[in-house]
Amino acid sequence: MSTEPKTSKTEAKLHWLVRPKTIKGLWVGGILLLLIVTWLGTTVHPHSKFGLEGTPTFYSWYGFITCVAMVVFAKFFVGILLTRKDTYYDD
Amino acid sequence: MTIDTVLLNPALILILGALTIPVFRGWSRHIVTLALPLLTLAAIWQVGDGVQITAAFLDYDLELVQGSNLSRLFATIFAIMAFAGGLFALNRGNILEMVAAFAYAGSAIGVALAGDLVTVFIYWELMAVGSTIVVWSARTPASAKAAMRYALIHLFGGVVLMIGVIAYAQQTGSIDFVTMQADSFATWAILIGFLINTGAPPLSAWLPDAYPEASWSGTVFLSAFTTKTAVYVLLVGFAGTELLIWVGLYMIFYGIIYALLENDMRRILAYSIVNQVGFMVVAAGIGTEMAINGAAAHAFTHIIYKALLLMSAGSVMYMTGGKRKCTELGGLFQSMPFTAIAGIIGALAISSVPWTSGFISKSMTTQAAFDEGLAFTWFCLVAASAGVFLHAGIKFPWFVFFQKDSGLRPKDPPWNMKAAMGFFAFLCIWLGVQPGPLYSFLPYPTDFEPYTQAHVYEMLQLLLYSGLAFFVLLGLMKRTLTITLDFDWFYRKLAVDVADKATHATAHFITMFCIVKNKLVSATVTLITEHHNPRGVLARTTPAGEMVFWMVVVLCAYLIIYLFV
Repeated sequence: MSTEPKTSKTEAKLHWLVRPKTIKGLWVGGILLLLIVTWLGTTVHPHSKFGLEGTPTFYSWYGFITCVAMVVFAKFFVGILLTRKDTYYDD
Repeated sequence: MTIDTVLLNPALILILGALTIPVFRGWSRHIVTLALPLLTLAAIWQVGDGVQITAAFLDYDLELVQGSNLSRLFATIFAIMAFAGGLFALNRGNILEMVAAFAYAGSAIGVALAGDLVTVFIYWELMAVGSTIVVWSARTPASAKAAMRYALIHLFGGVVLMIGVIAYAQQTGSIDFVTMQADSFATWAILIGFLINTGAPPLSAWLPDAYPEASWSGTVFLSAFTTKTAVYVLLVGFAGTELLIWVGLYMIFYGIIYALLENDMRRILAYSIVNQVGFMVVAAGIGTEMAINGAAAHAFTHIIYKALLLMSAGSVMYMTGGKRKCTELGGLFQSMPFTAIAGIIGALAISSVPWTSGFISKSMTTQAAFDEGLAFTWFCLVAASAGVFLHAGIKFPWFVFFQKDSGLRPKDPPWNMKAAMGFFAFLCIWLGVQPGPLYSFLPYPTDFEPYTQAHVYEMLQLLLYSGLAFFVLLGLMKRTLTITLDFDWFYRKLAVDVADKATHATAHFITMFCIVKNKLVSATVTLITEHHNPRGVLARTTPAGEMVFWMVVVLCAYLIIYLFV
């Protein structure tokens, strides 16, 4: 017996929003959206005061890089130093 | 106090009205609960500019009610919050929590309308009492301990504030609450007292320690008043104090970093309060008209969307029997669609997504930094705007309503909780789409135009790429059963350990002292007994003959000495 019908049956039981097909579609749609907003950002020329913020696609890469930096700092610096089991104060 | 003083004083309407709630039962109690904040709101809108109600106190005239655009704006949102919070908590059935929460809200309104520092201090302390009772009302061992820690911090803050107010009155001869400079002992003490309530460093931990331990409804009230009254008093008293920019920036990133590491959904939102209040403290530090408008508008919208987020979290707790850890939750959107949508709207608003209330308010602070040429501050605020989406905008809804399927299938909560969420979700969107009415209530005339093409595109880029970072780094964001140590470690762990060790050392010293003391006493008694017992050398009686014998010996010796020497 092939596993295909079984998989589609299991998939059909899932809520439509969490089916692998929908998730794949959301990724594709999301990436398209990212490209569109980056392109839209290049169509306007905001008043530049500090230099860097006036460069094209600034808000795209700045948003991404600062978020990555915050997660990495949280996880690999603060997290390593200060994370304890959540029963720490109960013991 | 005349009857007019009570009837025209919005704070007293809510505080004294709250005390009458236990008298009512059933539907009449519900009606009173909802009517009191509305009556208060009506009274707030009757308050004109300038001093309205005074009372004599010692040698001073207290200005119990004083109106201005800024004070009316804060008092208005406090009353709206009391109404929605009351609606949300209607089915809570804990009358003490409701009375305390309303007295707490009324005291916050009292601070917002106070014209002098003594009145500010009185309501400030009433807020501390009311909020402590709200935390304690969850009636769990954890909430009792958290309430005690919360009370200690706020009483400490109150004492610092009182010292400042007394010193200020001595120094200037006035208690008027006006703009001050942090240039003397008195004003520094007042500033520190205010900052403690904002959740400023180093004592920021009081907020994420206490708020999440309150009940599912209590935390909703707690999120609104203490920190925002602190923002209000900073705006009135210390606008333009540069230090506040640095304090605010610390709070912003502290909130993001700790929220990113947190597993408890309500603690994530509590850290997020510190983060959001940080924006307002920065605005107070910038101190321009645009910045003060930004802080005021942000406080107004933040109270609504943060309460909405906590209502959503509270509904999850209520319907799942108290579950609040991200590791236990997930997939709830399937059975709680209303709560999930409300939470998502709150999350979009806190992230300043265009056409939500956050977009039209928080952006004003960033704009103020830009206008003033504060490059470092501006770059930090922009990064923080992306960080807000990361730690609250996506993290909260993702881990609670999506991520994995936890298998939990709770229904949406009762009608009153849904009505409160619906009301605030509507306000989040309505204020975002129609910012005009809010702008017209701001302290200064505003010409800020949030919906420029550039601004909308910039914000969309920032937020969507922040979202990309979240999903790319999802592996690092996976939640674990952990907490992150904070400054409260010093008084929750170190101080307790030191006290334990000191107790043991003292006990050991006392034991050793007792042993030595017993030995000394015993040796003394033995010595005394030896010499003073009936046969002892110093106490025994000697026969008269012996004495005569020795007298004769002495006399003989004397005779010999006399004759031969």
